[in-house]
Amino acid sequence: MQDSDIRFQYVLHLADNSMILGQRNAEWCSHGPVLEQDIAITNITLDLIGEARSLYAYAAELKGENATEDTIAFTRDVKQYKNALLLEQPNTDWAYTVVRQFFYDAFHFQLLNVLQKRKDERIAEIAHKSLKEVTYHLKWSSEWLIRLGDGTDISREKMQIAINDLWEYTGEFFIPTEIETKAFELGIAADVEKLKPLWLEKVKAIIEQATLTIPSKNFQQNGGKNGLHSEHLGFILAEMQFMQRAYPGVEW
Amino acid sequence: MNQKEWPLWEVFIRAKQGLNHKHVGSLHAADVTMAIANARDVYTRRLEGISIWVVESKHLHASEPSDQEALFDPAEDKIYRHPTFYNLPIELKHM
Amino acid sequence: MEINLEESFQKKIDDEIRIEPRDWMPEKYRKTLLRQISQHAHSEIVGMLPEANWITRAPNLRRKVALLAKVQDEAGHGLYLYSAAETLGMTRDELLEELHSGKAKYSSIFNYPTLSWADMGAIGWLVDGAAIMNQVPLCRVSYGPYARAMVRVCKEESFHQRQGYEIMLTLSNGSEEQKAMAQDALNRWWWPSVMMFGPNDDNSPNSAQSMKWKIKRFSNDDLRQKFIDVSVAQAEILGLTIPDNNLKWNEARGHYDFSTIDWIEFNEVIAGNGPCNKQRLKAIVSAWQNGEWVRDAAVAYAEKQAKKTDNKTIAA
Repeated sequence: MQDSDIRFQYVLHLADNSMILGQRNAEWCSHGPVLEQDIAITNITLDLIGEARSLYAYAAELKGENATEDTIAFTRDVKQYKNALLLEQPNTDWAYTVVRQFFYDAFHFQLLNVLQKRKDERIAEIAHKSLKEVTYHLKWSSEWLIRLGDGTDISREKMQIAINDLWEYTGEFFIPTEIETKAFELGIAADVEKLKPLWLEKVKAIIEQATLTIPSKNFQQNGGKNGLHSEHLGFILAEMQFMQRAYPGVEW
Repeated sequence: MNQKEWPLWEVFIRAKQGLNHKHVGSLHAADVTMAIANARDVYTRRLEGISIWVVESKHLHASEPSDQEALFDPAEDKIYRHPTFYNLPIELKHM
Repeated sequence: MEINLEESFQKKIDDEIRIEPRDWMPEKYRKTLLRQISQHAHSEIVGMLPEANWITRAPNLRRKVALLAKVQDEAGHGLYLYSAAETLGMTRDELLEELHSGKAKYSSIFNYPTLSWADMGAIGWLVDGAAIMNQVPLCRVSYGPYARAMVRVCKEESFHQRQGYEIMLTLSNGSEEQKAMAQDALNRWWWPSVMMFGPNDDNSPNSAQSMKWKIKRFSNDDLRQKFIDVSVAQAEILGLTIPDNNLKWNEARGHYDFSTIDWIEFNEVIAGNGPCNKQRLKAIVSAWQNGEWVRDAAVAYAEKQAKKTDNKTIAA
């Protein structure tokens, strides 16, 4: 694999993560638990899609051949999407949404922190900008995790169920794919294995503060980053790409 | 379930360094941490501010509208409090 | 004494002095305002749904973020308006309860379905265009908190109509299919938009009092005419046809003439028989019910924290 292809694939992986979570969060718009939080989660959504757009635009430049952020986002199929499995999991309820957000934020924060100092200037620049946003996301999701964990009996139960269900999708972030390993060797990526202790430290602290527990079950799902997804992603893309597929090649 | 409404908060935003905080509106939040976060999300989406104050609405106390004349009209004829009350020669340029 | 209060209240209004929450006001003024502001707030909230319907299917990323930001603004506008209504003595939960139970009304336009992407364009162009006609004069409404909320709303709203018109423009300059999509959207949204201004003036019984109180500053028919007059030129630029065979410039009036509005349809939709009345209300109620445990937990957590702080203070 050529260096340029590694760089391209790595940028796609970063972009897909935020794009797919953004697309999921966007489903909340107008259905939130209270007006203020409807607005709050949409702010997060806009940050995530904004980050994805910057990365897709960069990927399009790397690809050439008249590629754009939209041809890249809207014309790849499930197998070519390289987001982690966690991010395509359904919203289910506010508990799942907060837990999913928190697990990703805690990882995303550590990842961007490294990427902003690595050798690819474009990635570093995008990471630097997004880090400010993600710092806020992490604060938001941590506060909600604590609030709902230590809220009522009902909320504690719902949060624990969400943690138990989503826990098996967290390990994937820290198992490097071939692309991630090679991109790290190129000096443009993070060594994700090294991020795990930092992530775990934060996750443990917040979950403990929320009076919740980390599941003892160790098994972890893997595959999304290599294009092996859950059944959910096909539906996400079917909805997201519908217009571009039904009316190919026109301006919107 | 016996649901309680989140309290109402008043939001004050400092638009930029050097200006005072100005009342911009209100919102609901369960506690002060959430009130500041909500104020950020609701009232600063278009670069409106760099600093936020929130205060629970029940802690704001206001003067009575019926006292308006007694409280504020007496200042009306104290024109000697304003610099234009004093006549100075035109030649004096800066004072 | 009461008469003097009323007189001095009306004099303030005539002198364009704003009424503030703690000022004396006639009970009927308070009630009329509460109904008007809360209906407006409910319309913003219900109005999120037809557009949110297309967020996950927006045709490109630029359109997706613009639509998200727009629908988010509507949540904000609802919030500002509920806040203004709350200064008149009802809490937001009480106001929402009226919406959920079907007691309170909202703008009927949102009971129509969004069937294609072009509907996002037509809504921005026509529905927001009609809303702006109503809203700009309300920035000078006699009640202070309402006027201030409207200033904020209008400031934010200014990108909404442009966003919608730009969508229509892109479609009109696009493929045959896209043009047809735009024309179809105009066909479906035109009359509901024209109806947004409410009944004809001679069927609008409360208008005179509202005008006197300056909580309504132009009549329904005047605003409607203004809307039609500006829309004709806008449709021409798009190369689209407004679905009204009787639309014709009247030199003598200096306005466009147009067909009689189908008031039967108007009244049916208000009565709950529009294509989406039930779905809209159901979506709003289920979001509220699904959020109940979240709101309760936040209160419970806040109470626990407050108690901890109290205990600390006592210990110190």
